[in-house]
Amino acid sequence: MLGLTIREVSAALREGRISPTELCRKCLNRIKRTRHLNAYIAVTEELALKQAGEAEARLLRGAPKGPLDGIPFAVKDNFCTENIKTTCASRMLKDYTPPYTATVVQKLLNQGAILMGKTNMDEFAMGAGSTDGAFGPVRNPWSYAAPYRERTGAAPDSDWVVTGGSSGGSAAAVASLTSYLALGSDTGGSTRNPGALCGVVALKPTYGLLSRHGLIPLVNSMDVPGIMTRSVSDAAIVLGILQGQDTRDSTTTAAPSSLTELPEHFDVKNICVGIPQEYHAPGLSEETLAQWSRVADMFERAGARVKRVSLPHTQHSIVCYHVLCHAEVASNMARFDGLEYGHRSEEDSSTEAMYASSRHEGFNDVVRGRILSGNYFLLKQNSEHYFVKAQRVRRLIAEDFKRAFGSGVDVLLTPTTLADAARYSDFTQEDNRTRSAQEDVFTQPVNMAGLPAVSVPTALSSRGLPIGLQLIGPALQDKKLLGVAQWIEQRVGFPSITGAIKHMQDGSFDSFIIRHCPCEIEMRPVLCFMTC
Amino acid sequence: NATNNNNDNSRSDPQQLVGVVGLEVHAQINSNTKLFSGSSVRFSAPPNSLVSPFDASLPGTLPVLNKRCVEAAVMTALALNCTINKKSLFDRKHYFYADLPAGYQITQQRRPIAVDGTLTYSILGGKKRSQVIRRTSTIKQIQLEQDSGKSLHDDLRSQTLIDLNRAGVGLMELVMEPDMSCGEEAAAAVRELQLILQALGTCQANMSEGQLRVDANVSVHKPGEPLGVRTEVKNINSVRFLSRAIDYEIQRHIQVLQRGGTVQNETRAFDSKSGFMPEPNLPPLIVYEDNASLPTGIDACQAVVVQEIRAGLPELPSIKRDRLVQTYGILPEHSFTLVNEDGLVEYFEAVLKATTKEPRKVIGWVTNELVGHLKQRDMSVSQSPISPSALAELLERQESGHISSSVAKQVFQEMWRSPGKTASQIIQEQDLGLVSDATQLHSICQKVVDSHPVEVHAIRNGNKKVLNKLMGLVQKETKGRADPVLVRAILQEKTS
Repeated sequence: MLGLTIREVSAALREGRISPTELCRKCLNRIKRTRHLNAYIAVTEELALKQAGEAEARLLRGAPKGPLDGIPFAVKDNFCTENIKTTCASRMLKDYTPPYTATVVQKLLNQGAILMGKTNMDEFAMGAGSTDGAFGPVRNPWSYAAPYRERTGAAPDSDWVVTGGSSGGSAAAVASLTSYLALGSDTGGSTRNPGALCGVVALKPTYGLLSRHGLIPLVNSMDVPGIMTRSVSDAAIVLGILQGQDTRDSTTTAAPSSLTELPEHFDVKNICVGIPQEYHAPGLSEETLAQWSRVADMFERAGARVKRVSLPHTQHSIVCYHVLCHAEVASNMARFDGLEYGHRSEEDSSTEAMYASSRHEGFNDVVRGRILSGNYFLLKQNSEHYFVKAQRVRRLIAEDFKRAFGSGVDVLLTPTTLADAARYSDFTQEDNRTRSAQEDVFTQPVNMAGLPAVSVPTALSSRGLPIGLQLIGPALQDKKLLGVAQWIEQRVGFPSITGAIKHMQDGSFDSFIIRHCPCEIEMRPVLCFMTC
Repeated sequence: NATNNNNDNSRSDPQQLVGVVGLEVHAQINSNTKLFSGSSVRFSAPPNSLVSPFDASLPGTLPVLNKRCVEAAVMTALALNCTINKKSLFDRKHYFYADLPAGYQITQQRRPIAVDGTLTYSILGGKKRSQVIRRTSTIKQIQLEQDSGKSLHDDLRSQTLIDLNRAGVGLMELVMEPDMSCGEEAAAAVRELQLILQALGTCQANMSEGQLRVDANVSVHKPGEPLGVRTEVKNINSVRFLSRAIDYEIQRHIQVLQRGGTVQNETRAFDSKSGFMPEPNLPPLIVYEDNASLPTGIDACQAVVVQEIRAGLPELPSIKRDRLVQTYGILPEHSFTLVNEDGLVEYFEAVLKATTKEPRKVIGWVTNELVGHLKQRDMSVSQSPISPSALAELLERQESGHISSSVAKQVFQEMWRSPGKTASQIIQEQDLGLVSDATQLHSICQKVVDSHPVEVHAIRNGNKKVLNKLMGLVQKETKGRADPVLVRAILQEKTS
C-alpha cells in the first residue's frame, strides 16, 4: 500500500480498501522505522491522525474533497505552518512557530491531504547535500536498499550516501514511502537534485506559477515551491492543485490552463528535443552520460526530432548564480536580528552586540559566509562589478533558452546531476561552496531563467543508486513538459523501493526490496530498458 | 594650504556667503491600511496593536502594494506638476536599525513614481510685509516608501522598546532641489505643501503628529561658487521651528567659516556604503495614462489610471486664493490668511451671505479680529465662540449706522467673552447705541472746541487733519458712541 502512487492510493481510499486513518498509521509507523534517515525534523502525528479522522468521515459520506483527500504528505521545514514549528534547520528558528500557513501548504490541507511532518534540509536551504542543517544530515534511503548494499558491499552505518539537497528530507520521505508527496523548494536545483539522487519525480514549476507566500526565502527571484512524487502523473495532479495566482504573492501569474490529468499517451512524433552541448560538462559521470544518450536515442527511435543546441552563456551561470544568491541571502537574512522572533543571544551589553552574537550563534558557517560575501557584492563600490553584472549575465542566460525554444525546440533534455549520490564521508571532504557549484551546475540556469524543469529517475547506477535526467521547457509550458516526462517514465522502467526497514530496537537494517513498475512495463514491454 | 586659503577668503568677505536650503519631506499617506500590508493606519493606537506578520518582517511574508497609496502619490505628483513615470521600481535600501525590522526599507529612490515637479509658494515682502512675492522650488522626485517603526529608549533600565505600529505605513518622500535660501522660504514652502496635501486628502500633514516630517539640507556658499559642506536639520515638528532652525544653522555655518573653521557633516555616515538591491517580490509598478491605454486582460479596478486621478483633483490653494481675490476684491495677502487657516474661507463666505457689508470691509474683521482672537488662545476656526451669522449680525448693526466701528469692536470682544449673547443684546444691555441726538452732540463738541484753542487755530489756518484729533476727543467723551458723520459736520461748522 505504501509503495503506491497518489492516483493508486486515492482509488484504494475511495474503494474502501484502506481507510485514511489506517493509511496514516502505516505512514507514521514507517516514519518511526526509518528514523535513521533523519528525513523529518518534526512529525505531526497528533494532527495527522486528527486530519485522517476528518478525511475518513468525508470518504465515508462519499464526499471526498478531491484526489488528495486522505493522502499523507510532507513539507520541507522552510514552509510556514501555523502553530507548527518551522525551523529552516537552523538554530536561529529552532523554536519559531509561525502564526500563518504558506499558501501551497494551505492548498494541500484544503484538499484534505494529511500533513505528516516537516522535513529536514540544509540550513535555510543553503546546500546541495542536506548535510548542513542544525539537525544533522539526511541519509539517502537507497543506502539501505539491496542494490547498493549488494553491489558495493557497503557497511550500513558508515557508507551511507547523501540525499542531495537542499530538500533532502522531502526526497527521502517520498523515496522511503513515508509520504506520497512532499513539498520542496527549488532555488538552484534544491528539489531536482535530491529528486534525482533519491529516485523520485521532482518538478520545479515555472517561476510565479506557485505562490511563495509563506516560503522562507533563499533567493526571492529564483525560489519556487517544488513538487516531489513517485510518478509524473502524481506531480501533475499536485501541480494542478497548487498552481495559480495568489493575491499575497505579487509575482504569481494566473495558470495558463487548469491542469487536471495528463494524457496517458503522449505523442512525441511531433516534438523536438534539444540536447544542450554545454551540458557535457567536466565531471559528468559515464553512467549519467550513458543514460542521457539512452533516453535521447529513445526519443529519436520514437520519431521525435533530437537536435543539438547551444546555450553559450551557461558556463557563466553558476558564478553569476552565486553572486545573485549571496546578495539576496544577505538581504533576506538581515531580518534575523533576534528582536521580533528567532534566537536571541544572552549578550545584552548593547543592541549591536546583541545582534552580532544572536546572528553568530543562530547561523551556521555556510549562512554566515554567504551573508558576508553577499554584503560585499552589494556594497556601493562593488555592486556594479558584481551584482549588476551578474544580473546582466542572467538576462543573457534567459535569452539563450529563449533562442533555443524559439528555434523550434519543445524541451531540452539534460542530466540533473553530474553523477549518482556520493557517500557522506566523501561528500563532506569538500566544503559547501564547492559542492553547491558542482551539484547545481545543470539545475541553476533554469532558475536564472524562471523556466519549468522536471527531474525523472531513469535508472540505477552500477552502485545501485538512482540517476535522473532533467527536462526543461519554455515558461508556463509545465503541462507539456510533464507530458514528455511521463513518456520517459513509461519507458525507462525505473524501479521503486518497497519493503522493509531498519528495526529501531536492535539497530539492524533490513534491506529495501526493489519492485518494478509492472503496469508500465507490461504496457510497453519492448521499450523497457532495465539496468538492474 | 588650500583649506586655509579658502577660509581666509571667506573671512575677508563674509557678507557674500548666502544660505542654500533643500528639503526632503516625508508625508505619511492618508490611507486606511499600510503600504504593503493590511494593517490599519492610526495615530496613537496602543503599541504594537497594528502589526501584521509582514510588518514585523516574519519570514516568508511578502509585500502586496496598496493601490490607494499609489493613487495618493500620483494625485500629489499631479498637483505638484510632476511627470509621472509610467513604470517605476521598488528597491531595498539596507541598514540595521532596531525599528526597521526587515533590515531594509522598500523605497523607490532609483526609479520613483514621479519626477520634475514644482512647488509654488509665496512669502510676504516689502516694507510693510504686505507685498506677496511668488517663489518656485523644484521637486526632483516623489517616491513611495515604507515608514519605520519607533524606538523608545529607556535609559534607566538601559532598554530599547520597539513599537511597530508605524512600521510599513506608506510615505511619499518629496525630494526638493536646494534652491531656497532661508528659513522663511522653507517654512512658506512647507506650509503651502501642507495646504496642498490637505486639500488633496493624500496626507493629513500634521507636523506635530509626524504625518509630515521635514529634513532640511543646509549649506552656505558665495553665489556662483560650488555649494559648501551640507548639514542636516532634522526632527522639526512645526513650521515655525523649521524656519528658526534653518536660519540658525545658516548663521552657524557662516560663523564657523568666518572663524576659519570647516563645517563638519556628522549625519548619515553609514548611508554612503549601504547597498541597494531591486525588491524581488514586487514587479515594476505600472500606471496607465487613460482607460484606452489599458492592456487587454487587465482588470480596470486593479489599474491606476492617471487621467481619472487628474479629473478628480480638487481646487488647489493657489487657485482658491486667486478666486477669492477676484470674486471679493480682497488683497492677495488677505487671501493667504483666509486659505492658511482651516475653515476660514468657509467662515468668511458664510458671513458674506448674511450681511450686506462689502467683502472688502468684512475681510478685516475676519483676518484681524477673529484670527487675532483665535491665535491668542491657540484655537481653530471651528472652535470660535462667535458664529459667522453672529458676526454678520454685528456687522449689519454697524453697517446700518446703529453703532460706530469702535463700538463694534467692543461688542465683538463682549460676544467673545459671553458666547450665546447676540450683538443686539449686548448693544442694548450696555447702551452702546450710537448717540445721534444733535443737541447733545453739539454741547459735547462745543466743550471740546472751547478747551482746545490751539487745535482750533491750526484748523482755521488750513491744517484740516487736526480735526481728526478733535473727533477722537469727542468719541472719548462718548465712549465711542457718537455718530462720526454728525460729529464731523458739527466740528467742521464750529471750527470754520
